[in-house]
Amino acid sequence: MLAAIRRFFDQRQVLEVETPLLCRATGTDPQLDFFSSDYLAPPMRQTLFLQTSPEFAMKRLLAAGSGSIYQICKAFRNGEAGRFHNPEFTILEWYRVGFNLQQLMAEAAELLRSLLAADGLPMPVVQISYRQLFRDSVGLDPLVFKRETYAAYAAEHGLQDAISLCGNDHAMWLDFIFSHRVQPAMAASTLYLVYGYPSIQSSLARNCVDDPRICERFEILVNGVELGNGFFELADPVEQEGRFDREIAYREQNGLPAVAKDLYLLDALASGLPDCSGVAIGLDRLLMLATGSESIAEVLAFPLANA
Amino acid sequence: MATFSTNEFKGGLKIMLDNDPCAIIENEFVKPGKGQAFNRVKIRNLKTGRVIERTFKSGDTVEGADVVDKEMQYLYSDGEFWHFMVPDTFEQYQADKNAVSEAIKWLKEQDICTMTLWNDSPLSVTPPNFVELSITETDPGLKGDTSGGGGKPATLETGAVVRVPLFVQTGEVIKVDTRTGEYVSRVKE
Repeated sequence: MLAAIRRFFDQRQVLEVETPLLCRATGTDPQLDFFSSDYLAPPMRQTLFLQTSPEFAMKRLLAAGSGSIYQICKAFRNGEAGRFHNPEFTILEWYRVGFNLQQLMAEAAELLRSLLAADGLPMPVVQISYRQLFRDSVGLDPLVFKRETYAAYAAEHGLQDAISLCGNDHAMWLDFIFSHRVQPAMAASTLYLVYGYPSIQSSLARNCVDDPRICERFEILVNGVELGNGFFELADPVEQEGRFDREIAYREQNGLPAVAKDLYLLDALASGLPDCSGVAIGLDRLLMLATGSESIAEVLAFPLANA
Repeated sequence: MATFSTNEFKGGLKIMLDNDPCAIIENEFVKPGKGQAFNRVKIRNLKTGRVIERTFKSGDTVEGADVVDKEMQYLYSDGEFWHFMVPDTFEQYQADKNAVSEAIKWLKEQDICTMTLWNDSPLSVTPPNFVELSITETDPGLKGDTSGGGGKPATLETGAVVRVPLFVQTGEVIKVDTRTGEYVSRVKE
């Protein structure tokens, strides 16, 4: 699989790069818990983080004029273990300079279909907006949040837990309903490209010019399992810093481990990130899918329990 | 009692939920790459036996339940309660009808079974997977019929009724699978 991926990018003249796994700063996303370590350089002692994704370092390369790049590397997320999660996992991440989201979605689909076409039949592709998919499967509008409407839906469909857990948190309601109702209802053996995520889940994507309620982000899902996530990359350093600050404030309010914003990334954005789109794909899950495995442990030589 | 966080959830863990002791059957970690993580958990209510599905926010904690299994010997019934004893310590427990429920129809006095205790009082009784009991009453079968055929009901010494093959006679001892309530074989004395 790795050889096929490298061949794919080689043919398209995308440069393979390597960036540090051990970093001075890490993502501020309150939903991602990181590993930290102590770097000893007497008389100093410095906290270094294991990356949760190579995104920031790769954007610094892009701002420095690297052109389109890809990387296959390890990423680390603390506390994430389960049938589809191992705290240490392998990411394929690539950025295409000059690509809009649609072009990147098409390229991602082409790569994945070439990797998953083992039985001779290429996987059908469904491209659908988040809003449409959400409406089709549960009948709610994900962009318009009314607690009563969402709670009524939950009560009717045996999701009572959602009412007490999610309260007035629109984003959490969307995560709850999407994971409990929308994902399980997706057609099997079909490559879903879900685009136009609500801006409250924008992460590092640009907001849409014509509708600020949605953002230029897409996800790739197969059999209800998330394989990858892509953005038309946010390049505005002021907006980026604002999002960092909001997430850092949220972390403080909720007693989550503190992080500093990545000033190198902000500097890089200030010096000018070319218009580009990027996507990251979980290779362990892709291998699960290609081999029909039930659990991520089946495709890892040594999952965390034996690491 | 200890509390457990969702990332300690695994099959067999006993927790308190809505004031009832429950056992976790299955725990699935659900997390979107950019979003809230949940744990979808299948749980058996140990009082009612019902299986329910609940969702927790990852990282939430719940109280553990003081639930333990103990090997015990069934002693006797006084009509209202059923009395059991831990063989090593001679400690005795009395269980009510709710706790013994269906299990008691497979147990005769002196038999060993598993008692589940919650806060040291009987919650449920589980008989061994296989028990050997003698038949107190069954219709006489036709001579020469050795096939499985349709079978017939037989009443056992504990009062339980199971379907047995036609060749099995009153007074014989048979082996029964208590999980399915089905006849397994005859036992040679």
